[in-house]
Order: sequence, then C-alpha cells, then structure tokens
Amino acid sequence: MNKRTQTSARPPQDRPPEGKLRRGWAKLRRNKAALFGGILILIYLATALLAPVLFPGNPSAPNLARSLERPSLEHPLGTDELGRSILGRIIYGSRVSLLIAVGVILVGLLVGVPLGLVSGYYGGKIDFGIQRVTDTMLAFPGFLLALALVAVLGVGLKNTVISVGISMVPMYIRLVRGCALSVREQVYVEAARAVGTRDVVILLRHILPNVMVPITVQTSLGMGMAILFAAGLGFLGVGVQPPTPEWGTMLGSGRVYLFNSPHVATFPGIAIFLAVLGFNLSGDGLRDVLDPRFRI
Amino acid sequence: MRQGFLLSIRDLRTRFHTYDGVVTAVDRIDLDVYRGETLGVVGESGCGKSVTALSILRLLRSPPAEIQGTILLGGTNLLNLSPDEIRRIRGNAISMIFQEPMTSLNPVLTIGEQVSEAIRLHQGVTRQEALKRAVEMLQMVQIPAPDLRVQEYPHKLSGGMRQRAMIAMALSCHPQLLLADEPTTALDVTIQAQIVDLMQRLKEEFETSIVLITHNLGLIAEMAKRVVVMYTGKVVEEAPVEDLFREPLHPYTQGLLGSIPRMGRKLETGRRQLQEIPGIVPSLLEMPHGCRFHPRCNQAMDICRKEEPPLVHPNDRRRVLCWLWA
Repeated sequence: MNKRTQTSARPPQDRPPEGKLRRGWAKLRRNKAALFGGILILIYLATALLAPVLFPGNPSAPNLARSLERPSLEHPLGTDELGRSILGRIIYGSRVSLLIAVGVILVGLLVGVPLGLVSGYYGGKIDFGIQRVTDTMLAFPGFLLALALVAVLGVGLKNTVISVGISMVPMYIRLVRGCALSVREQVYVEAARAVGTRDVVILLRHILPNVMVPITVQTSLGMGMAILFAAGLGFLGVGVQPPTPEWGTMLGSGRVYLFNSPHVATFPGIAIFLAVLGFNLSGDGLRDVLDPRFRI
Repeated sequence: MRQGFLLSIRDLRTRFHTYDGVVTAVDRIDLDVYRGETLGVVGESGCGKSVTALSILRLLRSPPAEIQGTILLGGTNLLNLSPDEIRRIRGNAISMIFQEPMTSLNPVLTIGEQVSEAIRLHQGVTRQEALKRAVEMLQMVQIPAPDLRVQEYPHKLSGGMRQRAMIAMALSCHPQLLLADEPTTALDVTIQAQIVDLMQRLKEEFETSIVLITHNLGLIAEMAKRVVVMYTGKVVEEAPVEDLFREPLHPYTQGLLGSIPRMGRKLETGRRQLQEIPGIVPSLLEMPHGCRFHPRCNQAMDICRKEEPPLVHPNDRRRVLCWLWA
C-alpha cells in the first residue's frame, strides 16, 4: 500500500520535458548504452587531463631491477620489461591517444568538409575530379592507407596524425557531399540564390549548418577509429616511438612477454578497447538523439 | 500605349541537355512586362512557366540548362551579364517568390537573418540596420509582433505566415519586378485571399511589376491586367484579361476556361461531367508535328497536323498562335 502511494506521487516518467536540450538529455538518459559510452569518455578525458595528479612520477623512467613484476599494491597493473609502472604509462598514454585522436579529426574535418561541400554543391567537373580521387582512396582499406602514408612520411607522432587523418578524409568527403547534394536542392537554397546570395555564403550559412548533425555523429565514431588506427600503427612499431607511452606501442612490446607476463600486453589492450567502445557507443547514441526526424 | 516596357523578352529558348536528349522547355517566346502592371502567365504543369521565370534570373544550373535569346531589363541584356552582375540583380531589381512556403525558409536560420539577407547584400548596411529594416518589412506584410518573430526559427510560423515572410524577403530591396511562381497554390483558400490582397497592396505601394505564374484562373482574373497562355514551352495566346475571359481565341484557352466549374451554370445537356481537355501534355521529348496542341484539339484541321501555326494579331493587344485565325 505504502509502496503504491509512493509510485503515484512521483511525477510521471515520460512527461516530455521542455526545451530541446532537456529533451535530448532525456532521450540520451534512456539510452543506457550511450550513457555508458559517455561515462567511459568522461573517465578517459579526466585521466588525460589529470595525468600528473593521478601518477606523480615519470612514466618513462626505467627501473630495470623491477622489470616484469606482477600487479602489486605499489604497481597495481604491474611493470613492463623496463620496470616502468604500466598504470602510469596507461594514464600518460591516454594523453597521447587523445592528442592523436583530436589531431586526426581536425585533419579529417578541415580537409574533408570543404571538399565535400564544394563537390556536392557545384557538381559537374569539380565533383567528378574530387570523387574519383575519393574512390581511389576508398579502394584501400582505411588502415592500409594510413600504413602506406606512414611508409612515405616516416614514423612519429606528427606523421601518425597526418597519415591517419588523411585516411579519414574520404569518409568525410562522402558524408558531406551526400548531404550537400540533398540540401542544395531545397527550395530555401534556391530562394537564397534568388535574392543574390554569394555561393560562399550559401555554402557556409545555408548548407553547412544542415550538415552538422551527421558530421557530429561521424566525429564521435571517428575518434574511436582514430585511436584504434594510431594504436595499430604503434603496435606495428611505425607509430609513436618509445619512450613516449602510447597504448599501441605498449601492446606491441608486451607481445613478446605474452606467455610469462601476460599483464604487460593485456592492460594496454583493455585501455584501447574501453576508449574505442566509449566513442562508438556514444556515437550511436548521438545519432539517435540528433536524428533530424525527431528534431524541431 | 502605357508607360513602356520594364522587361522585354525576345526569342527566349531554354533547353536542357539530358541523357534522353535535348529538351526544349521554353521555345522561342516573346514576352513584355510593362511598368507597374501584373502579367499573368497560365498553363498546365510542364508548359514552361516556371522555367521562364527561372531563366529570367538565370537560376537554372548550366549545364544542363542552356538559355538563349535576349532578356532586356531597362536596356541591359540579363543573359550577357557576368555571374557577379546577375547576382546583383537578383533580390535587388528582380526578385522571386516560390510555391512552397513550408520549405522555402531555411530551418536552421532565424526569420530575421533570412529576411535581412537581401538588404545586407544589396544595400551595404550593417547587420543591425538590416535587421531593423527586416522588422519593418515584416510589419508591412502584417506579421504580428515582428520584433519577436525575427528572433524565431521558421518552424514556429504557419504556411501563410511563412509566405508573408517570403514576400517580405522578396520585396525588402523594393525590386522593380517580382516573379511570383504559384505564390498561393500551397495555401488554403482564406489565406490565399489574404496573400492576394497583400500582394496587390504592396504592388501599389512599391510600384512593382509582377509576373504572376499560376494555373489558377481565378487568381489571374483577380490580379492580372494582361494574360499570357503557355503550352509546351510556347506562348499560344496573349490578351487583356477581360478579352481573354470574354472571348478566348485559342482552343486550348477555351478548354482551360471551359474546365472551370461555375456555380449556377448548368452542365451541357447529356453531360454529367465537367468539360475537360482530352489527353495529356505531350512529352517534351516527343513533340507532335505541326501545331503541338492538335492531338488534343477539338477543332483541329488538316493543316494543323502538318505545319506549325502562324502568330496572328487579331488586334494590337492580342496575339494567338493558331491556324483557326490565320
């Protein structure tokens, strides 16, 4: 009896809250997977920002006397072959992977979005040219393209960002071009042209905002992909070079000790898995929340 | 003659290069618009009304479109202007309103941003000043609480209100010519009447000429002084509105007028249906020989099937493209 009164006294759960943001939040909250993804991203970001607080020492300083130790109170995730704390290196590695992911997305956006807009809006020969290059790039598996670019550019943090970034470009071009193609046929674009609006203004003010939703979703999914690609390059030894702590590189060097000290490779692998999972889940969630059919 | 031409179209031909061949949507038409008048352009779907309007402002993508002829606006041939020069004409000397008010405003921009766009472009004023004039324009088209409306997004406006906003946008630079492409078709009847009144009033106020494109003959009767009837990309008849309604010359015009239901008029004996024009508009890719209307014409003669009809001027204010009057 008591229980029932309590339930009815509570405000109904599915009352639509006012405001777009609150409605979006309510929808996101109901999507448990997206919420979990969001929490993973928050933990990831907090780790990257607070790395010096979470691990006061130098994650790259070797201590050969204590190499390949199992997890203990002092080193909760054990130590690697050079006696460095794996926890510390994972914490600092989050900074490196975040830096790479953001850089990669910036390269992808700055190159892909303008090309996609121009390609979709103008059509004709420009479109043909851009699309044939895009086709060629898409013919390679994304990772292979990044690997080939590293072979040309060389290893290191900067070149990892550039090569993984370029391998993301065709994806953005396709996405933005498709949206621009449909938006340019809208009457409001014709109406804007009919009052004499310049093409640049039409692209930036009328078409770009209408493409923002898919770009946002793609960016969240792309972050996860960028982390995975960069880790893959690191694993193969052509990504970020030691002693910089990078998850993929850690995984690669831990591979050798897989039978006697499995923790050296396992924990960086889990870190990669959780970060990528976080971005993928929240990307899917964002797509549901921002779906244009539910807007307005 | 009245005060003279504002716009003078000669030999305008608009063709589209498609995979199936070349489609001639507008076929060598001549058209004049006088200062301050409303010219009605009527015809079925696909007869080239809208393409004519889009050709005037060169809003068709080219390729595939190809526009030939001359379109004189105060002595300048619009077809010879550079892309930048024609852009300065659009929304300034000539502007256009479209059929679908629900989709002709961008959902992600506020009403104010969109209505002030033409003012900012053509009058070189600041953002604030342009917005102030946008509010004045919205007031003129009788949108309630315009100072609040400019901050809002289009989804808060009804279809009628959006069409008012479009009219405000089109007239914001006091154009000499307004191309109205089916401005009331998507609206319900009471709102149509309001929009018609509004356009009439603003036309007087700004001394704007209007080219009213519609298939609504009632709207033509109410607003236009002169009427041009188009069929398959050609002008088949032109007349002052009273003459056209009293005595249509072209069998196609007769058919159009005959197919309007009228209150109190008995249907012809033996017929329980409304009069119609048999058949459909022919595909632009397969034009009939001779007169393009002959397969649907109830007065077709032998010559109609063989030769293209001549342009006949029964008096100096009328013309008709038909063998019957030759």
